[in-house]
Amino acid sequence: MGREKRYSGQSRRAILSRTGIAAVAVAFAAGGLASGATAADKVTVASWGGSYQKAQSEALFKPAAKATGINVTEETYGGMSDVRLKVKAGAMTWDIVASGSGSASRAGAEGLLEPLDYDVIDVSTFYPTLKMKYCVGGDVFSTVYAWNTATYGDKGPQNWADFWDVEKFPGKRAYRGKVAGALEPALMADGVPPEKVYEVLSTEEGMERAINKIRELKPHIAVWWSSGAQHAQLMKDGEVDMTTGWNGRFDVAIDDGAKAAYSFNQALLDYDCFAIPKGAPNKDTAMKFLAEISKAEYQANLPNYITYGPTNKKAYEIGKIDDAVARKLPSHPDNASLQLPVDIDWYAKFEQKASAMYQDLVTE
Amino acid sequence: MSDLVLRSAGSLATQPNQTELKQDALRERFALFGLCSPALLLVLIIMVLPVGWLFWLSFLGEDGNFTLENYQRMVESKSYARIFRNTFEVSLLTTGICILIGYPLAYFLSQLPRRAANLCMITVLLPFWTSLLVRTYAWLVLLQRRGLINEWGMDIGLWDEPIKLVHNLTGTLIGMVHIMLPFLILPVYGSMKAIDRDYMKAAANLGASPAQAFWRVFFPLSLPGLFAGALIVFVLCLGFFVTPAVLGGGKVIMVSMRIATNIELFFNWGAASALGVVLLVLTLVILGIASRVLRFDQLLGGGHGS
Repeated sequence: MGREKRYSGQSRRAILSRTGIAAVAVAFAAGGLASGATAADKVTVASWGGSYQKAQSEALFKPAAKATGINVTEETYGGMSDVRLKVKAGAMTWDIVASGSGSASRAGAEGLLEPLDYDVIDVSTFYPTLKMKYCVGGDVFSTVYAWNTATYGDKGPQNWADFWDVEKFPGKRAYRGKVAGALEPALMADGVPPEKVYEVLSTEEGMERAINKIRELKPHIAVWWSSGAQHAQLMKDGEVDMTTGWNGRFDVAIDDGAKAAYSFNQALLDYDCFAIPKGAPNKDTAMKFLAEISKAEYQANLPNYITYGPTNKKAYEIGKIDDAVARKLPSHPDNASLQLPVDIDWYAKFEQKASAMYQDLVTE
Repeated sequence: MSDLVLRSAGSLATQPNQTELKQDALRERFALFGLCSPALLLVLIIMVLPVGWLFWLSFLGEDGNFTLENYQRMVESKSYARIFRNTFEVSLLTTGICILIGYPLAYFLSQLPRRAANLCMITVLLPFWTSLLVRTYAWLVLLQRRGLINEWGMDIGLWDEPIKLVHNLTGTLIGMVHIMLPFLILPVYGSMKAIDRDYMKAAANLGASPAQAFWRVFFPLSLPGLFAGALIVFVLCLGFFVTPAVLGGGKVIMVSMRIATNIELFFNWGAASALGVVLLVLTLVILGIASRVLRFDQLLGGGHGS
């Protein structure tokens, strides 16, 4: 796996965080020559473009199009705010959109997405948390803590309590400037067991508790990062000694010579997913197509193009993923069991409230 | 009143073609307006309508109904007031520093012989030809904890611990001043070049010391350029995104950054539009005050070119 490919694969996280980027449509039609295909069998897929979409295209869309005979047209888009515009205008042209789990959940709650038919899409071998009513998981990533190995050597932090422990681990921290993935670590550092985190966060006192814990660390937070590119660079340049961030980014930085390491222990397991927008012109074909690309054999292709893991557990069992690669993926069974799956429902309910509190804290 | 009527009647009597001339003038004005109308229409379509739409959107809630919630949110959450204060603070400081650096530089340039001045002008303009993003990241490389400046400073022994030059207000200001400086220097330089040197000689002739001549003759005459430059810099700063986002380390949050966040968070253009509207209104208010002050200052300095 070429570094360049992996690097640009990660860069779509930055694209994700910058919604509203002009969508430059690059469309291609996959050859649908396989037997049994009718002219009506076609779907239009919108994703974030760049090499992330290229990876999806190579690993999922093209092979699945070949196998099913469905004609696939790819477009790029800027996120759920684009879907909202098209749905409200009654002019939906996409059949499938790729999305972050959180925004898909909120878009679903807002009525912008069609519920998925899990009789058609087989998710029996999926991690149970990596799908929802409106969106089926496509790839898995983690929010982890990373540390500078030049500062701490092999004795880096082993959990969030260590991340907060500025006596044992003196040095500068970086932390996310937005609330997503920011409150859960604070509660775990404050002694809340992972399985209780979202229960505690579901009250105002719980959120306040997490905010207060971050306030405690605030004097040591040198940077509030806003993109994946940024937290990778912070580690590479030694600007901070410890940061939170997305695992794939750190892999790239480490390959690139950064003196950094990270751990999956107590990390936050999150995923990207595929949804069908309301009013999709080829809804039924889209459902069939989603069923196809959710199969283990396609999912197992994905890590060949980007360092994000498959959502279908079976992809690890069919021997298509190299073991050394598999052990680095967030959804590898050994890694997944260490992590706290991000609770999409909590974000749907509380993100706006929590974000206001978090912004108050950051601007204090 | 009757006096006025009498006078105009009198002038009418002395100029028999008055009515025809007036009609001609009117016709000409209509013709000119007709010629302008495509441009006016363009301004209406690309400026007035979108701003009006922005205004309208800011009153729509998530369900598409009329609501004040987008504005209410700004009042309720403490962070919004801080972000607006931050934005104006950063813009004012940047403008102030630009004036302190740019004015003497423009003065120096205006005193140089033409060839040397042109050469120096190119160095002022050179940064314009480099991407803003590149310049911003270049500052990051220079200013960070293990950046060039800190490494050199510690090597030479100027300081022992890395000093915090970036990921804070200092870094943001350094980056923004660097980017904004040409916008100030150009109009100031222009207005300085337009000042007749004979005024200074006349001042000296009348017994003014060089300092007196500068402060009482040259400086007031250069003020219009200075105000123009300062306003351009200030207004551009208000909408700045990239530089504070990269060099501010998430600690310097400007309105533009919050607009981007809100679009993601609320799925709703209204939440972001309201911020844009408030920034626009505040800016207009400040410009209104500034233009008053500007005129006032010009009068006080007696610096009107006529």
